[in-house]
Amino acid sequence: MSRDVAIIGIGMSKWGELWDRSLRDIFVEAALAAIDDAGVDKIDSLYIGNMTAGLFTGQEHLAALLADYLGVAPIPATRVESACASGGLAVKMGYLEVALGMSEVVLVGGVEKMTDVGTDQATYALATAADQDYEVYHGITFPGLYAMMARLHMEKYGTTREQLAQVAVKNHYHGSMNPVAQYPQRITVEQVLNSVMIADPLRILDCSPITDGAAALILCPLELAKKISRKPPVKIIGIGHATDSIALHSRDDLTTLKATERAAQQAYRMAGIKPSDLDLAEVHDCFTIAEICVIEALGLVEKGQGGPATAAGMTTLGGKIPVNTSGGLKSKGHPVGATGVAQVVEIVTQLRGEAGPRQVANARLGLTQNMGGSGGSTLIHIMEVAS
Amino acid sequence: MSVSKYWREIPHRYRLEAGKCKQCGKIYFPGRLICPECGGREFDTIQLKREGKLLTYTIIHVGPSRFADQVPYVVGIVELQDGVRLLCQVADCDLDRLQIGLPVKIEFRRISEEGEAGIIHYGYKCVPV
Repeated sequence: MSRDVAIIGIGMSKWGELWDRSLRDIFVEAALAAIDDAGVDKIDSLYIGNMTAGLFTGQEHLAALLADYLGVAPIPATRVESACASGGLAVKMGYLEVALGMSEVVLVGGVEKMTDVGTDQATYALATAADQDYEVYHGITFPGLYAMMARLHMEKYGTTREQLAQVAVKNHYHGSMNPVAQYPQRITVEQVLNSVMIADPLRILDCSPITDGAAALILCPLELAKKISRKPPVKIIGIGHATDSIALHSRDDLTTLKATERAAQQAYRMAGIKPSDLDLAEVHDCFTIAEICVIEALGLVEKGQGGPATAAGMTTLGGKIPVNTSGGLKSKGHPVGATGVAQVVEIVTQLRGEAGPRQVANARLGLTQNMGGSGGSTLIHIMEVAS
Repeated sequence: MSVSKYWREIPHRYRLEAGKCKQCGKIYFPGRLICPECGGREFDTIQLKREGKLLTYTIIHVGPSRFADQVPYVVGIVELQDGVRLLCQVADCDLDRLQIGLPVKIEFRRISEEGEAGIIHYGYKCVPV
């Protein structure tokens, strides 16, 4: 019943504060880039990852609207939501539709238009990914939730403030080589440590930015990809998807991302690989501490060793396992619903050998990890170049 | 916030009412309809212990608009003596006294107010013992 699925097209819109472009414009820009990249002339179905266009722009009923503006109506179109992991969820749903034989060519997009509202309304919209009644009611913010994880990680494992800063420094270094990065400036540890305090111990340069942006993929059966793809098809070989309590305080261990651990185990099993087989990973570094907890949950480093491993350059381009060669959410930007799709765009770019100065040598096997809120949902995809 | 929503949350926000699973004894705050541990569907209503310790905390310097006049303020995760954990503000505490493990107790406090003559939100905060 199930068949192999490949990615044959990728596309990105411009990312940044795009005051001259609407949500529908940036989605169509990314989708057309993916369609042109794949060289397909028709698509059968559309999946959109979007967290909360309703709160950011007032627009719901997004899937039909975007199908219309892409000129593909009346095909079926579906919008999915899992907070900041909405994009990753769209990739999974697109995969399932192709794997089950319901469609041949599926476009998976992710989009978020975040700058049509002020910072206050944007903060409110993002906070809806936390528990409204038992977290947000008390004045906590997302930087605050991750700050509490960071403080405990520092207490428990001796992670230092400098090691947290190293995550941001590395990701801006990678982003400086990515033409679509919103903040491609290189930064130093001192700049991070002297930046404005947001939620102690996290400062503004520990936080990912507010971004407008979209990303898109074209998925089809591997057999079809081998016939029509102009570039090396990239096969999706592992998927993991898991949940945890969205309220941070309800978790037994506040420094362990259980949904990511669980999703990683599923994805590794499905792909038949172990963490040390991976050549690179794109992970959800919404805050510096998040990347440290994620690389631990993925098994790329021992529990508690995320900080020292980052400071030692293990996750920098040229290191043992480069993490976030795109610049990550931190430097590339974080249009929440688009992020999970854009992570896959980076892995496909790397596996095709098209990443230019940030290319990971001989990249064959890559992973994406995309999570919602403070870790209440996680999507993982593992991809390899199809032989 | 609507009046009906505020009203139905009064028992746990004002009185710390929680649900204790009749089957396995696990306590949930707020109460639930099914126990994720054992699948039990019957609960006793109990009041939480008011003493506990601070598991972790942050000092919010940039807050949501409803809390903008309170910055910097402290938010923490507290483990109460009956094992239940909750998130709340840490009040009446000098910043240099803050540390993981700090003994605290829960008090009834004003949390925030909605602008333009909206309702005042009350609930629980913790203070150092």
